[in-house]
Amino acid sequence: MPRIVSAKKPKNLGYTVRRLLSYMGRHKYSLLAVAVLVVVSVACNLLGTYMISPLINSLVAGGGMSSLIKAVSITALIYVTGVLAALGYSQIMARSSQKVVFDIREDLFSHMQTLPLRYFDSHQHGDVMSYYTNDVDTISDALNNSFSAVVKNGFQIIGTMTMLLVLNWRLSVIVAFSYAAMFLYVRYSARKSKEYYRKQQRSLGVLDGYIQEMVAGQKVIKVFNHEEENLKGFSERNSELQEMGTAAQAYASTMIPAVVSISFFTYTVVSLCGGFMVLGGWTTLGAIASYLVFVRQAAAPINQFTQQSNFLLSSLAGAERIFELIDMKSEIDEGSVTLASAGSGWVWQDGDKRIPLRGDVRFHDVSFSYEKDHPVLRNLSLYAKPGQKIAFVGSTGAGKTTITNLINRFYDVDSGEILYDGIDVRRIKKDDLRRSLGMVLQDTHLFTDTIRENIRYGRLDASDEDVEEAARIANADSFIRRLPQGYDTMAVADGANLSSGQRQLLAIARAAAANPPVLILDEATSNIDTRTEDLIEKGMDRLMEGRTVFVIAHRLSTVRNANAIMVLENGEIVERGDHEELMAQKGRYYKLYSGMFELT
Amino acid sequence: MNDLKRLFTYLGPYRRDIILACLLVLIETCFELIIPAMMADLIDTGVASRDVGYMLLKGGEMAFAAVLALFSGLAYARFAARAAYGWGARIREAEYSKLQSYAFSDIDAFETSSLVTRMTSDITVMQNAINNGLRPVVRAPVMCLLGIFFSFSMNAQLALVFIILTPLLGFGLFVIVRRVAPMYSVLQRTVDGLNNVVEENLRAIRTVKAFVRGEREKYKFGNVNASLRDTGTKTNSTAVLNLPFFQAVMYACVLMLMFFGGSMILQGTLMVGELTGFLSYVMQVLNSMMMLSNVFLLLTRSLASAERISEVLDRESALREKDNPVTTVKDASVEFRNVSFKYSPDASENVIDGISLYIKDGETIGILGGTGSGKSTLVQLIDRLYDVSEGEVLVGGVDVRDYSLVTLRDAVGMVLQKNLLFSGTVRENLLWGNKDASEDELWRALDIAGASGFLRSFPKGLDTDLGQGGVNVSGGQKQRLCIARTLLKHPRILIFDDSTSAVDTATEKHIREALAQLRGVTKIFIAQRISTVMSADRIIILDDGRLSAAGTHDELMRTSDIYREIYSSQMKGGTL
Repeated sequence: MPRIVSAKKPKNLGYTVRRLLSYMGRHKYSLLAVAVLVVVSVACNLLGTYMISPLINSLVAGGGMSSLIKAVSITALIYVTGVLAALGYSQIMARSSQKVVFDIREDLFSHMQTLPLRYFDSHQHGDVMSYYTNDVDTISDALNNSFSAVVKNGFQIIGTMTMLLVLNWRLSVIVAFSYAAMFLYVRYSARKSKEYYRKQQRSLGVLDGYIQEMVAGQKVIKVFNHEEENLKGFSERNSELQEMGTAAQAYASTMIPAVVSISFFTYTVVSLCGGFMVLGGWTTLGAIASYLVFVRQAAAPINQFTQQSNFLLSSLAGAERIFELIDMKSEIDEGSVTLASAGSGWVWQDGDKRIPLRGDVRFHDVSFSYEKDHPVLRNLSLYAKPGQKIAFVGSTGAGKTTITNLINRFYDVDSGEILYDGIDVRRIKKDDLRRSLGMVLQDTHLFTDTIRENIRYGRLDASDEDVEEAARIANADSFIRRLPQGYDTMAVADGANLSSGQRQLLAIARAAAANPPVLILDEATSNIDTRTEDLIEKGMDRLMEGRTVFVIAHRLSTVRNANAIMVLENGEIVERGDHEELMAQKGRYYKLYSGMFELT
Repeated sequence: MNDLKRLFTYLGPYRRDIILACLLVLIETCFELIIPAMMADLIDTGVASRDVGYMLLKGGEMAFAAVLALFSGLAYARFAARAAYGWGARIREAEYSKLQSYAFSDIDAFETSSLVTRMTSDITVMQNAINNGLRPVVRAPVMCLLGIFFSFSMNAQLALVFIILTPLLGFGLFVIVRRVAPMYSVLQRTVDGLNNVVEENLRAIRTVKAFVRGEREKYKFGNVNASLRDTGTKTNSTAVLNLPFFQAVMYACVLMLMFFGGSMILQGTLMVGELTGFLSYVMQVLNSMMMLSNVFLLLTRSLASAERISEVLDRESALREKDNPVTTVKDASVEFRNVSFKYSPDASENVIDGISLYIKDGETIGILGGTGSGKSTLVQLIDRLYDVSEGEVLVGGVDVRDYSLVTLRDAVGMVLQKNLLFSGTVRENLLWGNKDASEDELWRALDIAGASGFLRSFPKGLDTDLGQGGVNVSGGQKQRLCIARTLLKHPRILIFDDSTSAVDTATEKHIREALAQLRGVTKIFIAQRISTVMSADRIIILDDGRLSAAGTHDELMRTSDIYREIYSSQMKGGTL
C-alpha cells in the first residue's frame, strides 16, 4: 500500500493565531470578562501605587492622622477591588482555557474519525497520538498561563508608555527606540526558535512512533536478541530530538536576557541624556529621578511578555499541526441514498424511490490500485444474487481482501462500478452502506470494556439476551462462560488476555449481533483450531441463511458449498463456478484441491 | 522529592552545563542589582555636582555592565538549553533500555500508551521545569535576601512588617502547593485514560469504520475528554489561587507600610525618601517570593512526572539472569520436567499443568490442541518469553534460567503466532535474523520460506518499504517473511507457532517440504492442520494445558480419540 506524504502548506503564523482565537471566540463572554477584570486589576495596581504620592504630599503639607487614615482606607478599597478582580479573572481563565482545549480535542478526534483509511495506512500511530499527547498539551499550558499574562502585560506596557510620554516626550523617543529593538529581537528569535520547535515536535512524533512500535513488538525483539540494535535506533531518534530541542530552546532562552540587557542600555542612555538635560536646564533632577523609576518598571512587563510568548510559540507550532489535521480532507461521501427500515426488512431510500434491500451485489469492469501503475484488480466483473454465497480463493496478494474493501468503500474504485441492489455504491451514504454490511475482519480488535460490550459493538441497542444469542451462534458462549467473570470479563490491551481463536469467535459474535443482510468474512476462520472451527461452521451456516455472503477463506471446506467460487490470480478472476463445475474443469481450483489431497 | 533527586543523577556530563548556567544567572542578577546603584551615583553625584567627566565615566561603566549582562545572559541560554535537553535525552535512553529488559508482565503493568507518555510528555515537563525554573530559582533567593538585608539596614522598625507577613505568605503559598500536588497526579492519570481511548481507536480504525461506530467512538472520547476538562479545571483553578493570594499579602504589606510609615513621618522619625525606597524593597522581596512559589508549582507538576518516570526506571524486571550464566548450548534437546505455568500468581487455574516431555536433539515435533489449550504458552517457556511457575525447562540438559538470555535466544528461533514486521524495508526486517547475511543467504532463506516468488514480483524487491507493522504486504506474505527472518538466525531449535495459518495451501506445502531438508535442527510445529504435523517424528496433543497424547500419526490414529476426531473433521473438509 502507498505511503502518502501530505503536502506541507506554507507555515502561516498569522493564520494559526486567528484560528486559535476563533476557538477562544466560542467563549466570547468569558474572555471579555477576563479582559475587563485584567484591566481592572492592573488599573487598581497602578492606582494603588499612585496613591502613595498624594498621601505623602498631604503628610508633608501638614495633614494629620485623620487624612492618613482616609488615604489608607481609600487605597485599601482600591486594593481589595484589585484582588477580587485578579481572583475573578484567574478563575474564569482556568475554566475557559480547559473548555477551549476540550473543544480542540473534540474537533480533532471527530475529524480524525472522518479521515479516509489511506490516512491511517500512511501515518504511524505514534505520530497521530502525538497530536493528543504533545500538541494539545502545549496549547493547554499556554492558555492556562499565557493568555491572561499577555493581556495584563500588554495593558501594562501601554499604560507605562503613556506615563512616560506624559512625563518627558523627548526621552520617550529613546525609550520607544529601545522598545522597538526589543520587539525586533523577540520577533527574530521567535521566528528562529519556531522553526526548530516545529522540527522538535516532528522528531518527538517520530520517536513516539518508534516507541509504540517497539513496545508492541517486544516479543519479536526478544526472540531475535535485537535489544542492542533497537537501542541504537532509539538513540538516533533520541539524539535528533535532543538536537532540535536544544536549538529551539537556545534561541528561545536568549529572549529574556536580551530584553533585560537592552533595558539596561536604555537605562544607561536615558540616565546620561537626562543628566545632560538637567545640566542644560531642560528639566529638573526630581523629574528625571521619577522618570527613571518608570523606565525601570517598564522592563518588567516586557520581560513577562517575552517569557509568555515563549510558551505561546511552542503552542502555536502544536496548534499549526493540529489545524493541518483538522483541515485534511474527510472521506468523500457524496452519497444521497439512505437506508431505512420497512416492516421486517430494510429499504434504500433514493429520493422518492424506495428500493427493497435484497443484497444483490455486482461488479462491472472494476479496476483498482493502491499505488499508481500497480494495479491490484483488473477489469473485474462478478455478481452475487441475494442470498448467494460467493467465495474467493487464490494466493495471498491476489486481491481477495481488496474486493471486500471496495464493497464497503474503505477504498474507491479507479474505474468501473459496483452496484448494490442496482445502485452505484458511490451514491449510497457511506454510513448506511456499511451498516448494511457485516464484516468479520482479518484482525480482530477488542476495546477496553467487557466481553459483553465488545459483542454489543455490532449493534448498540442489542439486549443482553441478544448478545448472548449472538455469542451462541458464533459458539463463543461456552468459552465466555468459562472466563473468570463470564460476559463481564474485561478485555484488556486489545484482548491480550484472550487467544486469537477466542478473539475471532468474538468478532463473529459481533457480526452476528449486527444481523446485517450482507456478510463479508475475511479469512476469519484460519486461526481457529479444527474442533472449534467445526462448531463455528454450524453457527455460520445458521448466520448465513438468507444473506448474501462474501467469504475469503483458506479452508476449502467453507468454500465447497458456495454458490460461486472465484479463483483469483493477479487481480483477475481466472476461474469461476461452483465446486462441482470447477472440479470438472480440472483447472487451478482442481489443482489446489487435489494438490492438497495428494498429501494424505 | 526523592524521585527528582535521583533523576538529577542522570545529568551526567550535563552537570557542568547546569552549574555554569546557574553561575551565569547569578552574575546577571548581580549586574541587575549593581546598575541602579551606578545610576544613583550618576544622578546624585554627577549631575548634582555638574561633573560631566564623572557622568560619562559612570555611563560607560553602566554600558559595560549591560554588555557583560548580555553576554552572560546569552551564554546562560546555551548552557541551560543544552543541560535541559541533554538531561531529558539521557533519562529517555535510560527508560528505553530499562524497558527492553522488562518481562511481559512488566509491560502489561504499564500499558503501551502510558509507557510512551512516560518517555515523551513526562520528560517534556521535566525539561520545562529546568528551562523555566532555573533562572528564578537562582535569582529569587538572592533578590529576597538582599532586599530584606537592605530594608533592615534602612529601618529596622518598619522591617518588622516583613517578619509578620513573609511567613504568612510562605505558609499560604505552601498550603496551595500542597493541595495542588496530588491533583497533578490525578490529572496525569486522566490524560493517560484519554490517550488509551485514542490509541485503541487508531488500532481498531477498520472495525470502527466497518461497523459505522464513529459516533460511539466520539461519545466515548467525549466522556474522557470531559473528565479531563473537569479534572484540569479543578487542578488549575486551585493552582491559580496563588496569584490573588499573593497580591492580597503584598497589598496588605503596602497598606501597613503606608499607615505605620505615615505615622512615623508624622512623628518625624521617618523621612519621605526612606519610605519610597523602602517600598521598592518590599516589592522586590515579595516578588521573589512569588517567583519561588511559581517555581514550586512547576516543581510539583514535574514531581508527578518524575514519579512516573521513576516507576519505569525502578521496576524490577521479573526476568533475571543468573550471575554466572551458561554461555554455550551443548545440544538442541528440550526437556519439560513437570512444568506448570500461570500468567499471574493469583490466577486460579494453570495454563500449563504438569507437563513432562523430552524432545531429542534433531527431532521434529508437532503440537496440536484446541484454542486455549496452552500450545503457544508451552513453547514460549523454552526461550524464556515467560518463566515457568513450577518445574523446569531444560535446553541441552541445562535449566533455561541458567543460560544467559542472549545465548538461549540465539539458539532458539521462534516464529510467533502474532508476528510483526517493523517499519522499514524487507531487507532491514530480514537482517534482524542475521545482520551480516549476504544477498545469497537472504534469498536462500526466502526460497525456503516461499517468499522469494512474490518478492521478485515487487519492483523494488528486497528494498520494498513495508510501512508500519508491515501493512504493505498481505497476512500470508507477512508470515512468510517472518519465517525467512527466523531462518536467517540459523537456530538450533526452530519453533513455528501456527505460523503458516494465512499462507495458502500450496505455498505451505512448499515451505513444509523445504523445512524438512534442514538437518540437525530440532523443529517444533504448532498447527491447526493435521497435514502440517503429520510427517513429524512425534505429535503431541494438548488439552486444557495437559498432555493428552503423544506418538506418531499412526499410533495416534489408533490410540487418541481427539486426534481421530480432528483428522476426520479435516478430511471431510478436504483441507488436508
